[in-house]
Amino acid sequence: MRLSIASVLTVGLIAFSSASFAAGGAGQKITDYDFSFDGMLGAYDQAQLQRGFQVYEAVCSGCHGMKHVAFRTLADENGPGFSDAAVKAIAANYEVADDEGNPGDTRPGKPFDYFPTPDVGGNPPDMSLLAKARNGGADYIYSLLLGYTGEEKELGDVTLYENSAYGGYLNMAPPLYGDDVEYADGTDTSLEQVSADISAFLMWAAEPKLVERKQAGVWSMTFLIFFATLVWFTNRKVWAKIKHPENHS
Amino acid sequence: MGTIPQEHYEPKEGTTSKWINDRLPIMGMIDHLQKFPTPKNLNYAYVFGGILVLFLVIQIVTGITLAMHYQTGEASAFNSVEHIMRDVNYGWLLRYAHANGASFFFIAVYAHIFRGLYYGSYKAPREILWIIGVLIFVVMMATAFMGYVLPWGQMSFWGAKVITSLFGAIPLVGESLKEWLWGGPYVGDATLNRMFSLHYLLPFVIAGLTVLHIWALHHVGNTNPTGVEVRKESLETVKKDTVPFTPFYITKDLFAILVFLIAFAFFVYFAPNYLGHPDNYIEANPLATPAHIVPEWYFLPFYAILRAITFDFLWIIPAKLGGVLAMFGAIAVLAFIPWLDTSNVRSTTYRPIYRWWFLVLVIDFFVLMWAGGQPAEGIVPLVSLLATIYWFAHFLIVLPVVGLIEKPLPRPETIEQAFKDKHDHSDDASSGPTADASVQPAE
Amino acid sequence: MAHGDDKEGNGHGHVADEDRRDILFLATGATAAVGVASAVWPLVDQMNASASVLALSSIEVDVSALEPGQEMKVSFLKAPVFIRRMTEEDIAEAQKEDINSLPDPDARNPNAPDAQATVDARLLGENKDLIVLSGVCTHLGCVPLGDGAGDYHGWFCPCHGSHYDNLGRIRQGPAPENLPIPVASLNGDILKLG
Repeated sequence: MRLSIASVLTVGLIAFSSASFAAGGAGQKITDYDFSFDGMLGAYDQAQLQRGFQVYEAVCSGCHGMKHVAFRTLADENGPGFSDAAVKAIAANYEVADDEGNPGDTRPGKPFDYFPTPDVGGNPPDMSLLAKARNGGADYIYSLLLGYTGEEKELGDVTLYENSAYGGYLNMAPPLYGDDVEYADGTDTSLEQVSADISAFLMWAAEPKLVERKQAGVWSMTFLIFFATLVWFTNRKVWAKIKHPENHS
Repeated sequence: MGTIPQEHYEPKEGTTSKWINDRLPIMGMIDHLQKFPTPKNLNYAYVFGGILVLFLVIQIVTGITLAMHYQTGEASAFNSVEHIMRDVNYGWLLRYAHANGASFFFIAVYAHIFRGLYYGSYKAPREILWIIGVLIFVVMMATAFMGYVLPWGQMSFWGAKVITSLFGAIPLVGESLKEWLWGGPYVGDATLNRMFSLHYLLPFVIAGLTVLHIWALHHVGNTNPTGVEVRKESLETVKKDTVPFTPFYITKDLFAILVFLIAFAFFVYFAPNYLGHPDNYIEANPLATPAHIVPEWYFLPFYAILRAITFDFLWIIPAKLGGVLAMFGAIAVLAFIPWLDTSNVRSTTYRPIYRWWFLVLVIDFFVLMWAGGQPAEGIVPLVSLLATIYWFAHFLIVLPVVGLIEKPLPRPETIEQAFKDKHDHSDDASSGPTADASVQPAE
Repeated sequence: MAHGDDKEGNGHGHVADEDRRDILFLATGATAAVGVASAVWPLVDQMNASASVLALSSIEVDVSALEPGQEMKVSFLKAPVFIRRMTEEDIAEAQKEDINSLPDPDARNPNAPDAQATVDARLLGENKDLIVLSGVCTHLGCVPLGDGAGDYHGWFCPCHGSHYDNLGRIRQGPAPENLPIPVASLNGDILKLG
């Protein structure tokens, strides 16, 4: 109990405080999917992000907007990496608010516009940050898409669907069944694959700088460890004549 | 008492240093800071002060740059944070560093406080040094709380609403005080804007208090693990007990800072949202409360104390007010411990009974932290209450009583002796006071 | 190893010069400098234009609806850009002027660098019938009035009375230069600015 109360405290604080949050909610079954962006060196799989976007466009975008995601970012090198021409075409598929016209006017989207929010009832959540706004992140979305048990119940005139990842009944009908889209690259369109693709895409939508961040992290950590090592030796040398004056007289 | 004798600064005739120093004695101040006699036996528990200065700088610098892009207001705050994360060059780095920087700031401050408690850094003549430290801690908590409101996510909004509602518990003026804090009958634009204004201001108050804290430190000198004071009789005795801050504690503190930064960088780059809460990535919605509102981890011990009081106290203080008083009291009690500690020994190392009670206090702190993060159901309220009771009992009962009944262990006579004992016998590698160290008579 | 006048070996003397030159200390200092520089760069770079600003630094305008003699005003980089399709009479009028008698004989056209302010160098498009101008008076930054305003049937700045002709060339008044032409290119009926 002498020296290292500080270090014990530090480690304890971090370990302890995180332990109090790490657990998901009770009754939620979340599968840990092996995404390409997991881990310290993980990065997005560009082909998967493009497939995931196809799923978003074909299925999710009917109800869910992505108001923080600009079409232009679909061209990001560390994101889906669509060509500029493809981004232009994608943007033009969406009607966005025309700020220069009368209120309520719309015009076809341009690359600098943001994904619009569809005008539908039921208040479906915006998908820009969904993968960061849920415990479990992309794993949670993946598990949710696969988690429908088939049980339903009526609440007034609303149908609720039981879902093991949600841990109860939610009011979104199963959105995917497998074979919902046809992939140009020939990837199979099983429910698992389509779910993984859209989950990966939504992770990118929520955290588009993930790859840059991890690359900067590897550089920073390497630098800091190298620098700390140097300073450790420097410090030892500085203190040597104080700690062991007999060797320095 | 009095300050530690230090060699007088004498710039050479005809130098620029002398010219400047004759007009503004800043060169002398720099010289004083550089050569400040620091006990040679400080261990790594003493590095957190330096780490805290660095993190204050990191928070202010990242905060000022974030404020160049942040737009306060209900309609724009959340969007502008996303703009920072997605569009601003290195915006993601600045924001993640600022958010995790707050966490690491608190890790360091808690370590710093517990180090002070363990080594008796609050005892005479360091009472004012310690009380300024308590003030810094309070302002830090206010700053962190207001900063957490700014992204205007669900946790921001509901945290702001719940915590400011506490002031409504104050008798007579509570409701008006709450509306004054909110700037109206609800938490909205007015509330958010003043939070931003004060969040920008308070760090500079902390910086000012830090100057006072360091000023007091340089007047009375550091404590050290033995609790034996530096011999201030003459320059010669001072030199035997201390080393100049530069280079000895520059390199040592720098090493500790880098190790701390490695842990910090790990969170910023590889787990930036680990210490945060997913609900804060949902824009504030005044019509829907998140299922489980929890403050950031560094507030959990005090949040647990707040929730622990669920009964009317002494028939006159309603539970809601009792919780508020307990929470603020739990911090305020720290300011009184210089007078609550009756021991004539500074360092817990030589206090055979108190050291166990100190361990209980540390455990109690973590228990409170755990309890604060749990839903208030099952065993949690009871645990919170017991841990809260111990928190107060430790300072109000244990600290005064143990000091009176305890027989301290023998302490080294001088810092010089303790340091030699530790480093000269490389063969028997003893660390700490040896059995034959002479007993210092109680002060 | 010598330690300067630190004869007592208690660290309170001066550090000897050879300590300062020590390779270990030099390496540590150099590494610290690299660390500080790397930490400062993000703080500097964050003030450069963000991705959302850069995304608006190039826009496309459909000019298919613009008939000869018609003029439109678009907003580009938070400032007006005038686009006008010239009639044959406009061009004939503009061609009458002697370049060397103009207050500013420079074309001020980054799409035709170093050219003189001729009709050819000021107009855009295959048909050379489109005038595209930054709508900011070169005097003190007011927005001139258009649709043939002023004594020279072009633009007129109401702030201090600068008259521009139908090619946006300064003819009279305090403005020192012709209205500049922004970086622009025409692809069919799509005018790309920036």
